[in-house]
Amino acid sequence: MSTELKKTPLNGVHRELGGKMVDFGGWDMPVQYKAGVIEEHMATRMRAGLFDVSHMGEIWVEGPDAIAFVDRLTTNDVTKLADGQAHYSALTNHDGGVVDDLLVYRFGPKRLLLVVNAATTDKDWHWIRSHHSEHDDLALRNASDDYCQIAIQGPRAVAILQRLTETELEPIKYYWFTEGKVDGVDAIISRTGYTGEDGFEVYAAPDKAVQLWQAMMHAGADEGILPCGLAARNTLRLESAMSLYGHELGDEIAPLEAGLGWITKLGKDSDFIGKEKLAAMKEVGLKRKLAGFEMTEPGIARDGFDVYVNGEKAGVVTSGSPAPFLKKNIGLAFVPTGFANEGQEISIDIRGKKVAAKIVPTPFYKRPK
Amino acid sequence: MSNIPENLKYSKDHEWVSVDGDVATIGITDYAQSSLGDVVYVDFPRAGDKFATHEAFGSVESVKAVSEIFTPVAGEVTEVNEGLNDAPESVNNEPYGEGWMVKVKMDNPGETDALMTSAEYEDYLSSQG
Repeated sequence: MSTELKKTPLNGVHRELGGKMVDFGGWDMPVQYKAGVIEEHMATRMRAGLFDVSHMGEIWVEGPDAIAFVDRLTTNDVTKLADGQAHYSALTNHDGGVVDDLLVYRFGPKRLLLVVNAATTDKDWHWIRSHHSEHDDLALRNASDDYCQIAIQGPRAVAILQRLTETELEPIKYYWFTEGKVDGVDAIISRTGYTGEDGFEVYAAPDKAVQLWQAMMHAGADEGILPCGLAARNTLRLESAMSLYGHELGDEIAPLEAGLGWITKLGKDSDFIGKEKLAAMKEVGLKRKLAGFEMTEPGIARDGFDVYVNGEKAGVVTSGSPAPFLKKNIGLAFVPTGFANEGQEISIDIRGKKVAAKIVPTPFYKRPK
Repeated sequence: MSNIPENLKYSKDHEWVSVDGDVATIGITDYAQSSLGDVVYVDFPRAGDKFATHEAFGSVESVKAVSEIFTPVAGEVTEVNEGLNDAPESVNNEPYGEGWMVKVKMDNPGETDALMTSAEYEDYLSSQG
């Protein structure tokens, strides 16, 4: 390895737990632990899973123009956020492609926190800084090294975390957050996640990561909480049809194509970057669309495999995998809009063999309320 | 450490071979199943299919990866382990037992002499880092 991999504060813990470590976007991360991806996935669906997501990037935007600035850079409507509320959004480029997807947290009218993907943190930081003009009265701070982030997810997650904090968790609504103490440690407690389950993401100082991790593992031991690696994180988000940057999203993919029309507020007041291109694209109609599919013959579609319709190459798989909870082989693919309808028969070229699949509605999995 | 039974022969592609007369039973090693992770699907040849040495005869897929399996010896497939259709996890749990994949009637039973012994395979694994 030519360059040193970055490590989260939990690196030693992962190794002690028997984590199988891989290079993930320059980070030395556990792809799975001893239990394996299927058990980790099922633990999160049935009980609780614990994820180290400290590699994610955090960028503070602070000052009187913070909201207007972020509203100009992202597709969702930042002016609609209340204090203590967060939303999912996208940083778009001038062609309407996606620089990154992110969460925007509003701490106050002059204080926003952007949480971005690990592998794109530097790119995002440069992109955001390059649009900071002298007229914007605000300060930008890349605080990625100042936080660890631990996600506790699953039907038992709220009850487990509640044992470690005096902050009442149940009243915190989905995509809202608060500041409080977890196991006596100052933390941002956010009811968000990337698994399709209920749960929280907890941000704290990196030197408290090991303490927090162990406190959560201990608090959830009776419930069978399991540490979960990147492989389970991926299968969980795929069953829930959540986008992964570099797969469903990229510099040359419009959020509208990726099914993110719900966070692309073309009607909002600010002229965000790429808005004109996206509005024009919507006007003429999308040529391609992200669609979910499931295999109807034995075979597993993988990222990058070609999609065929009526014998002609029509698209490409962006994410494909066995779905451990659904016990089906599923995937997401870009296909021409006309072929994106439920029930459409397609086939996937699996190492030279055309294997049948059909378009199905997404998300593949929706948690019981 | 990987489990490497002494009574078997091994290929560089991490298959094991158990020899009974001119019939070779083939599977993947403990090291191979551990590298792959949870196995969810095994794509087999059919009984009667013929393969040359080192030809890909199927694939084994885990949640996150796919790996081709190669015949360490030339011959004709006489039986495939249909049990793996319902219980592919046997490849993880018992790679040298219930997780076997195919039986091949060898064209040349002497071919197994070229495969590694358990000691040689152990050295091979450590040389792979």
